[in-house]
Amino acid sequence: MTEVSEPALTIDALGKKCPIPIIMLAEQINHVPLDGVVAVLADDPAAYNDVPAWCRLKSHKHVGSYELPGGGWSIHVRRNY
Amino acid sequence: MAYFDAASTEPLHPQARDALLTAIDAGWADPARLYGQARRAHLLLEQARAEVAEALGARSDEVSFTPSGTQAVHLGVLGTLHGRRRAGRHLVVGAVEHSSVLHAAELHEREGGTVETVGVNLQGRVDAAAFAEAVARPGAALACLQSANHEVGTLQPVAEAAAACREHGVPLLVDAAQTAGRMPVPEGWSVLTASAHKWGGPAGVGVLAVRKGTRFRSFLPEDERERRRVPGFENVPAIFAAAAALRASLAEAAEEQARLSALVDRVRRRVPELVPDVEVIGDPRERAPHIVTFSCLYVDGEALLTELDKAGFAVSSGSSCTASTLRPSHVLEAMGVLTHGNIRVSLPRGAAEADVDRFLAVLPGLVHRIRQDAGVA
Repeated sequence: MTEVSEPALTIDALGKKCPIPIIMLAEQINHVPLDGVVAVLADDPAAYNDVPAWCRLKSHKHVGSYELPGGGWSIHVRRNY
Repeated sequence: MAYFDAASTEPLHPQARDALLTAIDAGWADPARLYGQARRAHLLLEQARAEVAEALGARSDEVSFTPSGTQAVHLGVLGTLHGRRRAGRHLVVGAVEHSSVLHAAELHEREGGTVETVGVNLQGRVDAAAFAEAVARPGAALACLQSANHEVGTLQPVAEAAAACREHGVPLLVDAAQTAGRMPVPEGWSVLTASAHKWGGPAGVGVLAVRKGTRFRSFLPEDERERRRVPGFENVPAIFAAAAALRASLAEAAEEQARLSALVDRVRRRVPELVPDVEVIGDPRERAPHIVTFSCLYVDGEALLTELDKAGFAVSSGSSCTASTLRPSHVLEAMGVLTHGNIRVSLPRGAAEADVDRFLAVLPGLVHRIRQDAGVA
């Protein structure tokens, strides 16, 4: 497994307040194949914290969070099941 | 209306109300003067000081009253750092301390001091080994640790922290705001802070206790009041009422806090059974008796607070949308738990079992409706 996999799907939740980025992630995680990576683009500080917490609760893998040049983060989640 | 926000403020205890009314008539004069009315005010003030000291495990001359718990923390942190500035300028704090501690730490840092923040586990409990390492550093001047967390109720490892502080000669400030009047004050503090309105006293009374032998020097302009630790004319009636509330709360504490703790256990157990996709956070056993916090996935915390308010429940939330700032609670962030859909239930003295059951009965429907509106459920 490589450190940074190319996301199979990017969800643009920039400008959206929590819990909307998490709702979008939950709706769309099954749109990628098993072991596929979803990138959530978000700039609500709550999403930076809540996406990894969602992964822990839902047994998916938080791969990493990378700062975006224009502010916010690309938060990568690997579908586990 | 069921009031479940005791961690913000406890309703005034009836005995505090009586004491307040008495002392407004009898204790209005300047306690520092030498005539009859002044001597009476002085007597009430010193009686309150002796009672509060005894209840908190301090000596009378160690206790000063402040205009708030927040100010007790500010004075305690900055006054101890000022008193120990020759020993060093390194301040150690837990990551989930009350904002008053963290804001005092920020001020210390802006003025050239250093601050080390010790992290917590998923339950919100400070890492005792990391805390001990931090106070062992050269130049450690003060360490701060709360007795219990104000947002999730988790008790902190004060005994371990105190042992490490003692070993390295570093004073420990214990912020007992959430437990004073409910549980015994943990031993080993050098500086102790508390807030009367959290135990059923009136607002406007904080406690700052400084152990004999702890170096302390106020950073504020000189004033002879309160052992030179707190400037300004004491609010004698409120202080007298605060002492009455503490006495009354402690007399009831063993029985009443056990009753509240059983209700908290019920909420902790039932909420995940009744509501899907919910996480109850904080330590299930090592916790303050009155606080339970949970987060509902996919739910806007403010919407849930509003619905609960309409249904007759006063609770609070650490979700970002409910605060004045755009940042979520630093406590939930440090724990790494969900910050959205967060609800804190904190039970005051006398909270009715029937109200707790009614809360459990209405909560699932409200969460379901909010999720449905968001297109989730």
